[in-house]
Amino acid sequence: MSIVATQINKSFGSYSALANVSLTVPSGKLVALLGPSGSGKTTLLRIIAGLEHADPGSGRILFHGEDVTDRPAGKRRVGFVFQHYALFRHMTVFENIAFGLKVRRCRDRPRKAEITDRVRKLLKLVQLDELGGRYPTQLSGGQRQRVALARALAVEPRVLLLDEPFGALDAKVRKELRRWLRQFHEEVHLTTVFVTHDQEEALEIADEVVIMNRAQIEQVGTPQEVYDRPASPFVYQFLGNVNQVRLPIRGVDSVGELTTSADGSVAYVRPHDIDLTRFVDGVPGEPALVRSIHAAGPFARIRCMRGREDEIVEAELPRSRLCELRLSVGDAVLLRLRDSKASGEDFSI
Amino acid sequence: MEPSPPQDLTGMASIVTGLDSRAVASRAAASPVTQDSRWVRWTLTSLALLFLAFFLVLPLIAVFAEALREGVRAYFAALVEPDALSAIRLTLLTAAIAVPANVVFGVAAAWAITKFSFRGKSILITLIDLPFAVSPVISGLIYVLVFGLQGWMGQFLNAEHPWFPWLQTWLYDLDLRIIFAVPGIVLATTFVTFPFVARELIPLMQAQGTDEEYAAITLGAGGWKTFWRVTLPNIKWGLFYGVILCNARAMGEFGAVSVVSGHIRGETNTMPLHVEILYNEYQFSAAFAVASLLTLLAMVTLVLKSFIEWRHARLRYAEA
Repeated sequence: MSIVATQINKSFGSYSALANVSLTVPSGKLVALLGPSGSGKTTLLRIIAGLEHADPGSGRILFHGEDVTDRPAGKRRVGFVFQHYALFRHMTVFENIAFGLKVRRCRDRPRKAEITDRVRKLLKLVQLDELGGRYPTQLSGGQRQRVALARALAVEPRVLLLDEPFGALDAKVRKELRRWLRQFHEEVHLTTVFVTHDQEEALEIADEVVIMNRAQIEQVGTPQEVYDRPASPFVYQFLGNVNQVRLPIRGVDSVGELTTSADGSVAYVRPHDIDLTRFVDGVPGEPALVRSIHAAGPFARIRCMRGREDEIVEAELPRSRLCELRLSVGDAVLLRLRDSKASGEDFSI
Repeated sequence: MEPSPPQDLTGMASIVTGLDSRAVASRAAASPVTQDSRWVRWTLTSLALLFLAFFLVLPLIAVFAEALREGVRAYFAALVEPDALSAIRLTLLTAAIAVPANVVFGVAAAWAITKFSFRGKSILITLIDLPFAVSPVISGLIYVLVFGLQGWMGQFLNAEHPWFPWLQTWLYDLDLRIIFAVPGIVLATTFVTFPFVARELIPLMQAQGTDEEYAAITLGAGGWKTFWRVTLPNIKWGLFYGVILCNARAMGEFGAVSVVSGHIRGETNTMPLHVEILYNEYQFSAAFAVASLLTLLAMVTLVLKSFIEWRHARLRYAEA
């Protein structure tokens, strides 16, 4: 079931949350809406769900080609998982999951035995078989999140929408749960959109990443596309660490594939695209001084001061390379670009 | 000043992590830094106890002692006397109308204020507080001025060329008396007790937010089902709390009711008014006998209130 949103505008008073946003989510894909807070991603998700309405006269929402813009949230058959789960606190896990089936009108409502059967299956699916009788307050964050997911799936939604699904969890559970979600998606292939501000999360599990900033979509692409070929300086900075290197750089004739700022005075280079060698007079490269070395984890982060430009550049080297160079703070080094990021004589900066 | 011992630090830590306040209190009490000398503690405690005894316990005993001064037989005689019975009946009737009305108004107002955003919301909140802000006597006078014979309605009824002649005829035929009659008492009581339910629910519903309602809606529940199955179960204890406070005030209201009632014995006297009349007629033990009923009501209310608070604290503790 594909989702198409066309030219959506949404403003709260004088504040514009979405400015002429169009989005297509292909059927069966897992898509991440990624952006900083206030970028409009949650608003877009809620408009797709029908919990908010776009400004009158603007845009349509289509599910599988069918216009659902004027249909209320309860009739769109979407599964929505809220950031803080929004479980019904006075109901057990079982009752929570059964809610969507029990509130149906008489003729659509499944028989009691059938409801029980379906809830059991869903509990099994989210690996909470034993916990049907518990209340939400007796569950951990990860368990609550899975109950919320099971409850959303109970109504057999056509699309699944998740608002910051892992936002309120600690780092370890977060990682486990997002892998579980990816695996789960492989099994059911339900068109799924989730909102996140965590780029690592989006890049790891999404088929497609939609990067939003200031009420607009900056770029849409697979995780690899958006990481390797950011469409704008914003995307560059938002996805991972980046150095802003003032141009010109010695030895680089043209900036080639480097992303530059609008006026062409600054280039964006990722720390792991920079290599270091000890300073040798006459060898090409941009001279710099080592200011600090941070060597926890598999990669060492080395902060250098560019001699002429009075500018800090961060390089990321494997630990083994650092040992080889035997660098220490205050050493003079040469900075070079690791691969053919720039088309110059010798690709050095 | 000596440096704080370690147990005080753990006390601080638990404040920071927001544990149950009772746990903090007990740890703070165990710390020598926060403990005053034995002499100070005893003095303060006995002062507090003396104050309680004089202002709360003594009057309570006095009410029952006075009521029973002329024996149990006289006590019950004072309660089953026709005027007293009529006052009790009227009080119960008034509460039976005012409390349900305010439950409906209160829930509707709190629901509107906390689950929706609209223009004039802050004005509505202020209006809800109005009955607390004005003196009960004025609340009564408002109704006299509007519905009394000298008030707007009286002028309308006596006007030779009224704006809506059909309304005048209709009201004449209806022969509806509001002031110095039961409808006025019910109106005044409803007005005075309006804030209790709404005031109790608004902070509670604000804290609970709207996520659960939205969740119910996405799962296909309509407005009514969402209210009955999600909102109401979440607020039921707060609602009950508001209802008992509202009821206590509805039965005990004196000022506003006194203005609109006209003090007609056996007809427009509520229990508090009946107590006053008996007292003014020097029938002390009869006055205290009726007063003891109101006192019992107050005690039951307090017990229920503490029960709810205890339950609520336990639930919160379970959630933490």
